[in-house]
Amino acid sequence: MTNWIEIGNINAIPRRGARCVNTPSGKIAVFRTQEDQIFAMENRCPHRNGPLSEGIVHGASVTCPLHNWVFDLTTGKALGADVGGVRTFPIDVVDGRIFIASEVLAVAAE
Amino acid sequence: MTEKLVIIGNGMAPGRALEKLFETDPGRYSVTIFNAEPRVNYDRIMLSPVLSGEKSFEDIIIHGDHWYVENQILLYKGHKVVEIDRENRIVRSEQGATAEYDKLIIATGSVPFIIPVPGHKLAGVLTYRDLDDVHAMMLAAKARGHAVVIGGGLLGLEAAAGLINQGMSVTVLHVNPTLMERQLDPAAGYLLQRELERRGIQVITKANTREILGTDRVEAVLLDDGTRIKADIVIMAVGIRPNGALAREAGLAVNRGIVVTDQMQTSDPAVYALGECAEVGGTCYGLVAPLYQQANIVAAHLGGDHGATFVPQYTATRLKVTGIDLYSVGDFGEGEDREEIVLRDATAGVYKRLILRDEKIIGAVLYGETADGPWFFDMLKNQTDTRAMRDTLIFGHAYQGGSPLDPMAAVAALPDEAEICGCNGVCKGKITGAITAKGLTTLDGVRAHTKASASCGSCTGLVEQLLHATLGDGYSPAAVPPMCACTELGHDDVRRLIIAKSLKSIPQVMQELEWKTSCGCAKCRPALNYYLVADWPGEYEDDGQSRFINERVHANIQKDGTYSVVPRMWGGMTSPKELRAIADVADKFAIPAVKVTGGQRIDLLGVKKEDLPAVWADLNAAGMVSGAAYAKGLRTVKTCVGSDWCRFGTQDSTGFGIRLEKFMWGAWTPAKLKLAVSGCPRNCAEATCKDIGVICVDSGYDIHFAGAAGLDIKGTELLCHADSEDEALEIIVALTQLYREQGRYLERIYKWAKRVGTPSILANVVTDLDKRRAYYDRFVFSQTFAQIDPWEERVNGKDAHEFAAMSEFGMPVAAE
Repeated sequence: MTNWIEIGNINAIPRRGARCVNTPSGKIAVFRTQEDQIFAMENRCPHRNGPLSEGIVHGASVTCPLHNWVFDLTTGKALGADVGGVRTFPIDVVDGRIFIASEVLAVAAE
Repeated sequence: MTEKLVIIGNGMAPGRALEKLFETDPGRYSVTIFNAEPRVNYDRIMLSPVLSGEKSFEDIIIHGDHWYVENQILLYKGHKVVEIDRENRIVRSEQGATAEYDKLIIATGSVPFIIPVPGHKLAGVLTYRDLDDVHAMMLAAKARGHAVVIGGGLLGLEAAAGLINQGMSVTVLHVNPTLMERQLDPAAGYLLQRELERRGIQVITKANTREILGTDRVEAVLLDDGTRIKADIVIMAVGIRPNGALAREAGLAVNRGIVVTDQMQTSDPAVYALGECAEVGGTCYGLVAPLYQQANIVAAHLGGDHGATFVPQYTATRLKVTGIDLYSVGDFGEGEDREEIVLRDATAGVYKRLILRDEKIIGAVLYGETADGPWFFDMLKNQTDTRAMRDTLIFGHAYQGGSPLDPMAAVAALPDEAEICGCNGVCKGKITGAITAKGLTTLDGVRAHTKASASCGSCTGLVEQLLHATLGDGYSPAAVPPMCACTELGHDDVRRLIIAKSLKSIPQVMQELEWKTSCGCAKCRPALNYYLVADWPGEYEDDGQSRFINERVHANIQKDGTYSVVPRMWGGMTSPKELRAIADVADKFAIPAVKVTGGQRIDLLGVKKEDLPAVWADLNAAGMVSGAAYAKGLRTVKTCVGSDWCRFGTQDSTGFGIRLEKFMWGAWTPAKLKLAVSGCPRNCAEATCKDIGVICVDSGYDIHFAGAAGLDIKGTELLCHADSEDEALEIIVALTQLYREQGRYLERIYKWAKRVGTPSILANVVTDLDKRRAYYDRFVFSQTFAQIDPWEERVNGKDAHEFAAMSEFGMPVAAE
């Protein structure tokens, strides 16, 4: 049984943009696409630790601001010729309120 | 049962032989290749464009890894074969890999000839043969030193042109009185030398190298006449020697090259030799066309067709240096029994010479204008009697029959057997046949099916004309690379359509121009945002989410995710008050590093993102604004102290620099824009490597532009002279606006200038005063919307979401 914790409102994130959720062990990037889909993943590019939340969001993907790796927001997998991926986290959106599984925060805090 | 074919060498000739073999006899042989180079088969002819930076290695690969997989070829990369055991039919590599063969092809190519002068083994003495040589040269070129190229033939000159493009200074030493004497007569050799010198290459002919000087590595080259030339690298490009060593050790007949029959078989019928290592009919060949002919013969022979034999043919030569047109074919020596027709146009730099015997062309040398080369070549091969067109022959094909034809008609009028692609021996009929039979509509299609224009590429124009002539309007050249994978349109088309269709938002552009993705990508979005900002000032609302992070948060992201902050210091001038404020900010926010930048200002490094608005607030309070050190826009105007302080200063360079910066700050441009103003020609502000630079002189202001001092190093070009500061300002502003309107996103001003040409820039901002004024006015209008300090806006709350986390979870909650 999953417990959900509210982390913010969809309106707090610009379309084609992202915001961060700070946890004791690191940042989780929460993305909002042009079509108002919400995704969450580690805010850390596997290549050189670039903050993915600051990249350009296009379609359901984001381009890392440091060296232009592109990640699929739905799977966290690197697209194109690059190999690698970032952890994604399940998200629930109810009436514009964004929830994340509480164990994510627990795991992130480990 | 498949037969075993082993190939030693993985160059262009065996690659071609295999293609042919797989076409005619698929599955007959299982193939093993040993390649001494650690890579796949690539187009060696195209190494020069790689060296000059016009192409990358990926562009010149002929067979990628997948080709070897698809054809089930076992490729040993980096394996040099050291032994051929002909008795047991086994070859063995240095690393000990072995392969048995039923048929063996030796294609070991050639080795560069090294003149054994003292010092030839010093570090820094290179040859020009393979990709490793090119990499070594490009590495050396990074240090911007001096290169000496020994040898003024095809290879040597291509190397010299490439190295000067890479920013080295270059001297070519050539032992003969004129360059490329095997392909050019002295007159054309002289024109070529003049053109190379114009590009900054020093050419010394009749130069005998006595010694290469240096202790640990090359330092200089000493000539017989005592001349000493400084050298950081020396390229030996004096010729090649067929590489027959392995064959000789295996007991095969070797003269200069490996001796083969006209069916390319060595003294052992199970062994073929192919390419530059082979000697057929007493001659070794080095150009690609005869080598491809050899490849076809080997392939046919392996397939059981023993009818084909090697027939020597004339081959045309072209020099692959961008901007130099040169074509020669046949015999152009002088002699009693010959006549010649010469056309010289010194102003246009055109020289054409035809050599005739018994009214038939036996040789041609063309310089400056080479389009008629294939036509002359065709007449040479066909022994055409030229008596009827003798009077107009030299003017070329277009002038036969009285009136000039357009180039398309000239191509259309060529006979089917006229050779179009010299490298691959492809004639017109084969190309037009393939276009029709296979329904080809693109250059790439023609390349894939006929190989025409697929090697050195110098016949690309002719092939495109053939496509056009064959397909009519059905041919639309895709020569312009698309902006990104989201569209087929190039930057220029997008920009033209933005204005033509009055497109004023990114979604509108994507809708109207049929973008293939829903909301673009990280390549096209920032470009479109810039074009819309530049083309619709006051109407278009900047889309922050389509800007890179630096321009979105008005600071420069660093590798650890912190930011650097650079306030403006107008013209590089500052004050105790500003310096105090900077020091206070650094203390207050525990900023770990403070550095003086190359643009005469101060960089605060390691600022936390959430601190940015507070840092800016303090800097604003001291009167400072954003220095836009992150922007594709106006960065700095560097100055010297000019007539204010300097005893040599001719004008108030500091004051003019400040005026320029105050006029132009806030402007977005296609790429970053850095200016400088020097108060005298001693040029302490280093204005001659800037995007736009001013050198003050007694009589006024020399305006320079299109310099570079980053990835590329390039001195500026002089645009014009202005008598007054006002005039200089107007010209610089108009120039910037022209660049804003024409430049492709991320294209620096020197690249834009190279693309559009200085004459068109002069015509718009110097000679035509009305046009200049119009550009100036458009810039001024645009500035009314651009000169708002982005830091102040954010201090006042704009984009607050950028600088704070959406939510925070402390230990107790997260550890629940």
